Amino acid sequence: MAPLSRGFHGRRREGADPSRLPPGQYLTPDFPVLSAGPTPRTRLDDWSFTIDGLLDAPLSWTWEELLALPSETFTVDIHCVTKWSKLDTAWAGVSVDTLLDGVTTEAEHVVAWSDGDYTTNLPLEDVSDGKAWVVHTYDGEPLEPEHGGPARLLVPHLYFWKSAKWVRGLRLTAENEPGFWESVGYHDYGDPWREQRYWSD
Amino acid sequence: MTPPVPVLWRTATVRDVVAETAHARTLVLDAPGWPGHRAGQHLDLRLTAEDGYQAQRSYSIASAPEAAALEITVEVIDDGEVSPYLVEEVRPGDELEVRGPIGGHFTWSVADGGPLLLVAGGSGLVPLMAMLRHRAAQASDVAAHVLVSARGEQDVLYGDELAALEPRDGLRVARTYTRVRPQGWTGWARRVDAAMLDALGPAPGAGARCFVCGPTPFVERVAQLLVDAGHEARAVHTERFGPTGG
Repeated sequence: MAPLSRGFHGRRREGADPSRLPPGQYLTPDFPVLSAGPTPRTRLDDWSFTIDGLLDAPLSWTWEELLALPSETFTVDIHCVTKWSKLDTAWAGVSVDTLLDGVTTEAEHVVAWSDGDYTTNLPLEDVSDGKAWVVHTYDGEPLEPEHGGPARLLVPHLYFWKSAKWVRGLRLTAENEPGFWESVGYHDYGDPWREQRYWSD
Repeated sequence: MTPPVPVLWRTATVRDVVAETAHARTLVLDAPGWPGHRAGQHLDLRLTAEDGYQAQRSYSIASAPEAAALEITVEVIDDGEVSPYLVEEVRPGDELEVRGPIGGHFTWSVADGGPLLLVAGGSGLVPLMAMLRHRAAQASDVAAHVLVSARGEQDVLYGDELAALEPRDGLRVARTYTRVRPQGWTGWARRVDAAMLDALGPAPGAGARCFVCGPTPFVERVAQLLVDAGHEARAVHTERFGPTGG
């Protein structure tokens, strides 16, 4: 039983739908920025998105080629492990299903990697079947560098650190390979609804 | 590298509260079973209202790993839910739940070596102070160049302690005031810029470990200045917080 915090009443959010707020989270209208280092600034001419690892031949798209792929526009809720959640965020980008279309692989995991040496690991099935996108547009505008632009992974059903900013590729792997935060105590999977913040959760 | 101790909620008792500025205070906590931490890490704190409603937030740890008590310094966020309670309501003897330590990237210990470049915006000084307190506790003369950006003198956390930090060898602490210049102040009175970082050093070629903490726009700007000056991007560690909910 948690000790009571004398004199603490908290602030219930009127009108907030509790079924959309995972345990331990609070709603914010802002879009906070969190990252471990400087914001990378890769020129679009030098940008590419690569899928490599366990597949016959690596796949790669230039920026222009990515933009030429079918784009999906969608609205989702996002949940950051640092406790904020933001409802109804509007994105556009390419479904990972589109990028993996036609790929045959034995892989069961992926490592998303980014400019700035960031990595995060996910089960392949969590970036498949309409659950993940490489997004380039937020709220109708090009995604700003602070928020991961030119493109970030978006996996809204997991804590937001899994939605790698400045993403440049997916590596298909047989084994689970813990990424940047997963290696220093954060949860391997990161389901906000089960409050999987840290490794022992 | 999985931490050996599970990250579990523990009941901590407030031993003392220390006013740091008009808007910030330090909570000194007795946290039985606390597994220890590295300078720069943070903890999660959870409050529970009488009706069972709970709120969680993260706070940087201010105390050195060597300190007997666990300390956090909290600044009030206007319209915040948790920070006004911690800064204005909590008193010695109250119980809070904490768990941690959390974070393995924005950390430093003397074994990591130097030189160090620490740049703080406002209450972003908290995790950097843990590093400086750790350096002092270890009597380390690792070069540590510190830049504290604050609106005015009244907003600087740990002012007296900053001025008295030991060991003096290798230590350089500078301030810049962005809004209110103290009477007679002849030092920097502007936002952090390239010339300031250049004057402070260490030079980009020195392989400094850079730690920048503060509000998001501050961190974005300073981290970019450091990279532009020639510091290695991978040596620039950032911790950002925004006036959100807190």
